Amino acid sequence: MLQGEEVTGCPEVSRPAPPSHLTSGQTQPESDAIHAVAPASKLRWRTQLAVPIAALLALGVHLLFSKRVPPVETHSYTLLFWEILGVSIVLAIAQPFWTSLRRWMRHMCPIFTAAILLLGVWDVITLGFQLLPLPYFPGPAAVLRSLINDRALLLDSTWHSLVLLLSGYTLGVIAGLISGICIGWSTPVRYWGMPVLKVVGPIPATAWIPLAMVVSPSAIVSAAGLIALAVWFPVTMLTASGISNTRASYLDVARTLGAGRGYLIFRVAIPAAIPNIFIGLFMGLGASFLTLVVAESIGVKSGLGWYVSWAQGWAEYGKVFAALVIMAAFFSTLMTLLFKVRDRVLVWQKGVIKW
Amino acid sequence: MVALAETEASSLRIQQVSKSFPAPEDPLTRRPALSNISFSVAAGELVSLIGPSGCGKSTLLRLLAGLDFADAGELLIGSEPISDPSAERGLVFQDPNLFPWLTVRRNIQAGLVARGVLREKREEVNEFMRLVGLGSFANAYPHHLSGGMAQRVALARALINHPKVLLLDEPLGALDAFTRMRMQDEVLRLWQARRTTMLLVTHDIDEAIYMSDHIMIMTPRPGRIDRTISVALDRPRQRSSPDFLRLRGDILEFIHFAGNASTENKS
Ligand SMILES: Nc1ncnc2c1ncn2[C@@H]1O[C@H](COP(=O)(O)OP(=O)(O)OP(=O)(O)O)[C@@H](O)[C@H]1O
Ligand SMILES: [Mg+2]
Repeated sequence: MLQGEEVTGCPEVSRPAPPSHLTSGQTQPESDAIHAVAPASKLRWRTQLAVPIAALLALGVHLLFSKRVPPVETHSYTLLFWEILGVSIVLAIAQPFWTSLRRWMRHMCPIFTAAILLLGVWDVITLGFQLLPLPYFPGPAAVLRSLINDRALLLDSTWHSLVLLLSGYTLGVIAGLISGICIGWSTPVRYWGMPVLKVVGPIPATAWIPLAMVVSPSAIVSAAGLIALAVWFPVTMLTASGISNTRASYLDVARTLGAGRGYLIFRVAIPAAIPNIFIGLFMGLGASFLTLVVAESIGVKSGLGWYVSWAQGWAEYGKVFAALVIMAAFFSTLMTLLFKVRDRVLVWQKGVIKW
Repeated sequence: MVALAETEASSLRIQQVSKSFPAPEDPLTRRPALSNISFSVAAGELVSLIGPSGCGKSTLLRLLAGLDFADAGELLIGSEPISDPSAERGLVFQDPNLFPWLTVRRNIQAGLVARGVLREKREEVNEFMRLVGLGSFANAYPHHLSGGMAQRVALARALINHPKVLLLDEPLGALDAFTRMRMQDEVLRLWQARRTTMLLVTHDIDEAIYMSDHIMIMTPRPGRIDRTISVALDRPRQRSSPDFLRLRGDILEFIHFAGNASTENKS
């Protein structure tokens, strides 16, 4: 055996260190970030003080305006700012001794500052000058109070929404992947399936609600079905196009290596289509949020969508906003999770496309 | 005797093969890419194919691999007509075409996975990774490789199946001179050890002379085999021996002549 200069021995025995450019790639974002001007070891005062100053500002504004409201209503809101103040001071003290915390703070401080200032502005507009009609636009303090007071029901609603969303989404994704792979791979299936997909798919899933209510015995089941339908269309469309756009040369290579149909579909076409499939999964997730909220506010008697319309019925707009806040957190968490999964599955694309 | 019959099964015979493609400017007419090609490669021979760009070398290899069909003529491996791709006929493409979603190691073992024999032959993966000198890149993805590294992975990926016939489309084209010579020796070593029938497309006349039993020279528009030259030098060959250099001069002169002739024809 001819030994080359790059030979390092059997990789099974000693796992070789990753190539240097792999490891350097991970540290790169830090080195060429906008903060590169500041010495990497120190956090600038401006960055450190932004959050506490913003918190003090928002708190001051709030105390100024909240004189005419009973203190019970604003107690937890003021407490929140004292907590933010306390935590940011503790973090500022801790960060010189903790590199990853420092990196995190450098990244997050500006965005936290902006969020706190936005709360202050909201406070000024609603509580301060009452520029927006009441009771439709309560101040942040009132929303926080509803959030805390009604936490049991909100938590329960979130749980119901989560179960419904995930069951519908999973169903839709499985169905979409199967139909997408069949349509993308097989010409006869594409011939018959594509027209159906093109005609039925673009109908918004929510348009089926009247029909779904008649057909299905339980509102929950029909809601899950509708969510699945909403997810199914984009997943099918993008999976099919991903599969049928597989580079012919990959399939040729696999065939000369002795690949059968199973290998060609599952080890070549599907991996090649994964970037497309993820676009479908993201679009499907967006569609599923919409369908979930609409279905819950019309037929299903539980979940965040139901909670919003229920609170609106009682004109408790603090609760409406509280539910909206929960929804925002809930949906964006799911989105973030899907992004994480994608980053995991598509590591091989890192460096191929703009990441 | 059985062994002999087996090696005979790896000979190639191409008879009166033609292939045309739709002309890009007018899809209704077809433009011949190969016309009336006939040649044969005996079992265990290493034959090179040289010729200018666009004369149909890759097209011919695709036909032999079973990826395309000829318009006319017969392609036989042993006495069997070639109809479908098979692991018996390995093809190293002009572009490495590595699967970007697989690491180097998984790319190399793709053929074993495809044939469902990975478990029995797992040790060979390491052997081939060492062969192409990429042991330390086992877990890197293809876009981390240089062009030459990628081509070496593609070579290992085809070799791991131990094909009876190996079709090589400029497999060493992107390598530097040193690695190239090392890989030439490596391919020769494998060829001698396994008695694989090899058909090698190359642009490098030295490589053709150094490696092959016969050299076929193709001319373009439409692709034809103009001449076959036997290389009667003893192995291992010396790249600077007088015989080597004389043969090189002959081939260069011939190609130059053929090139002039084809441009004259065109005008
Ligand atoms: N799929 C195709 N469709 C249309 N024309 C094609 C196709 N494949 C090859 N051709 C044509 O056939 C001719 C021969 O192409 P081929 O790729 O075999 O050349 P080659 O000898 O391998 O050239 P090179 O040395 O540059 O790789 C070219 O004129 C090319 O335009
Ligand atoms: Mg070619």
